[in-house]
Amino acid sequence: MSPGEAILSRAATLRSEFGAELSDHVAESFFTEASAITRDTVQREGERGRMTLDRTIDRVLTSRALGFPVMFLMLWGVFWITIAGANYPSSLLAWLTMDVIHSWLHTAADAILLPAWLSGFLLDGVYLAMAWVLSVMLPPMAIFFPLFTLLEDLGYLPRVAFNLDRLFKWSGAHGKQVLSMMMGYGCNAAGIVSTRIIDSPRERLIAILTNNFSICNGRWPTLILIGTIFLGASAPAGMATLIASASVVFTCILGIIFTLLVSAILSRTWLRGQASTFSLELPPYRPPRILQTLWTSLIDRTLIVLWRALVMAAPAGAVIWLTSNIEIGDTSIAGHLVNLLGPLGWLMGLNGVILLAYVVAIPANEIIIPTILMLTLTLSITDPSLTGMASAGVMVEFEEGTIQRVLSLGGWTMLTAINLMLFCLLHNPCSTTILTIWKETRSLRWTAVATLMPLALGGIVCTATATIARLMGWV
Amino acid sequence: MSANPEIHSSVSLRSCEKCPLHNAANLRRLGVNTVGFDHVVALLGNPNTGKSTVFNALTGLRQHVGNWTGKTVARAEGAFHHRGRTFKLVDLPGAYSLFSSSHHEEIARDFVLFGQPDVTVVVVDATRLERNLVLVLQALEITDRVVVALNLMDEARRHAIEIDVRALSRRLGIPVVPMAARQGEGIPDLLRAIEEIVSGAFVPHPRQVNHQSESLERALSDLVPQIEAEFPHLPNARWVALRLLDGDHSIIQAIREGTLGNVDQMERRAMPSLNRPGLIEET
Repeated sequence: MSPGEAILSRAATLRSEFGAELSDHVAESFFTEASAITRDTVQREGERGRMTLDRTIDRVLTSRALGFPVMFLMLWGVFWITIAGANYPSSLLAWLTMDVIHSWLHTAADAILLPAWLSGFLLDGVYLAMAWVLSVMLPPMAIFFPLFTLLEDLGYLPRVAFNLDRLFKWSGAHGKQVLSMMMGYGCNAAGIVSTRIIDSPRERLIAILTNNFSICNGRWPTLILIGTIFLGASAPAGMATLIASASVVFTCILGIIFTLLVSAILSRTWLRGQASTFSLELPPYRPPRILQTLWTSLIDRTLIVLWRALVMAAPAGAVIWLTSNIEIGDTSIAGHLVNLLGPLGWLMGLNGVILLAYVVAIPANEIIIPTILMLTLTLSITDPSLTGMASAGVMVEFEEGTIQRVLSLGGWTMLTAINLMLFCLLHNPCSTTILTIWKETRSLRWTAVATLMPLALGGIVCTATATIARLMGWV
Repeated sequence: MSANPEIHSSVSLRSCEKCPLHNAANLRRLGVNTVGFDHVVALLGNPNTGKSTVFNALTGLRQHVGNWTGKTVARAEGAFHHRGRTFKLVDLPGAYSLFSSSHHEEIARDFVLFGQPDVTVVVVDATRLERNLVLVLQALEITDRVVVALNLMDEARRHAIEIDVRALSRRLGIPVVPMAARQGEGIPDLLRAIEEIVSGAFVPHPRQVNHQSESLERALSDLVPQIEAEFPHLPNARWVALRLLDGDHSIIQAIREGTLGNVDQMERRAMPSLNRPGLIEET
């Protein structure tokens, strides 16, 4: 017997001699000592004030009747402020970067005799894609992230977790999955890492597989923009922002429903097992330090996400420009690919451009909208109403009306917009997240499931809505 | 509190704390650059007591801090330079107990026990002192070199909770530093307390919990020499023996595999492996 085994067997003998009372005794002595020290050193003058205020607030925020409506209204409020506030700065930024700076750069390029293909590639491909990302993403993110962080610092998120816990228990998942889901609303890769707080491997896997249903930083801007220019625009004036934000909230809630349903199915089939119990602590409400929150969420979230988007947008812009300008036969490469994906896109109520954009955007969901717009413009360039606004692979004007006009020319309907929002929720995770899933699970099989399952769901859901809409004659 | 009496008598020094020049002169934040350090400091504490806030204040990093339990899931490392010494600071996941078998609590425990930090700072929530003290007392079973960062003093004041810091320090036999880390209050005192422990200016005389059991003492005197013989570099064989008597599976496994005391290997094992065959059948 090795010395290690000798120690273990000796310990086992001693343990059986004492029985369970020994460990209870040891654990208990810590608590006895702690309360003795507390008694001698702490004075509470009736613990008035905040403690009871906290409890009163909690009684409202986590009550059966009011918990969910309050959550819903808060979310709606956050998006309403985001959409209403981002509108003007977005068009201003677009005018500045795409109108003023872009034409100035072209003048400069002509002045130094840059060949047309090079200035086209650099300015109309790489630069414009980045300018797009900047104007579409910066304003909503600069409003949304600080608001979300304020709610988090205040201590509201654990209350949300508390409210949702009952539903998660029903789905057979771990209550802490709510917390990893919350992290996923920032970034799915971070959400996947945070599933480490779940101890049971079975429940942790469920949390990993469903994290993609939390809409991440990169996807909020797509939802906000499409919600604004299609659903908002179709509403009566004055209601536009309310309807637009409601559509984003609805997509978000749909994500929670999918999380619950998929968790329930997984925990009753593939990943069967007991649900473990846990205690969730409701932290005290802490008054957030507003200025610091604004600052750190600007630096940590807004700028980092924006930087990532810009870095991804540059090569994507280059790829789009190249594929739009290199022709095989009498059609550009992009044209061929879009035609190839067209039938599948039609079946799903989308189109070839959107599907191609989702392939280009695997490294980062942030660039979906700019990619779609640039591709749509490229391929409908022959339309006379767009003359002066665009040349191959180039988009030079930005206004909500313009975007909608461009997309309508690309054959977009309300169905396309709604299904894009659904597909935005239900598709494969970005490459960073896929890599993180592999690192955390070390399993090719689960990584593949986590990647393909949401994509398949997206295909099914979009095809279903498209078929229903067509059968009912709505489109 | 600190062994240096002049800190408390001097009013002017107190106001110095607030001055950025004073802090900047003594504390150099080194961010993630953790090569070539002189001492290792571990940050331990119950969840949501402000460990990450203290970590950020000392290292200048901006690890995201959330007002919820379980925000930090793995250990984060950073560094700072204070009065001629370079410290590596390790932010551990929140733990209610060092006796638990949850994975992130094991990461915290294994580091305090086997990582042999020069100082373990236990961040304590002043509004929930009693529950938090359990962790302090457990840490004192493992190591003497503990500083209590009595954080969230601002919240305690708002709730009209008064804590006799000196009496608490005396009872525990270790430095207790009242803080409000979010406001930067108490950071200089914490630095001083850490410095006094590593320099030997303050020798902690912690009060270990008396388990008051003769049979337990007999069992320990039986096991401890055996463990010391087999693992001569172990910092605290008594504690390992206690855990064995409690039937702690991770410690038993570590002894069996001979990895006891190797933090990295133990940590790797503590992460649940998700591609283990048979996972699905597991209930």
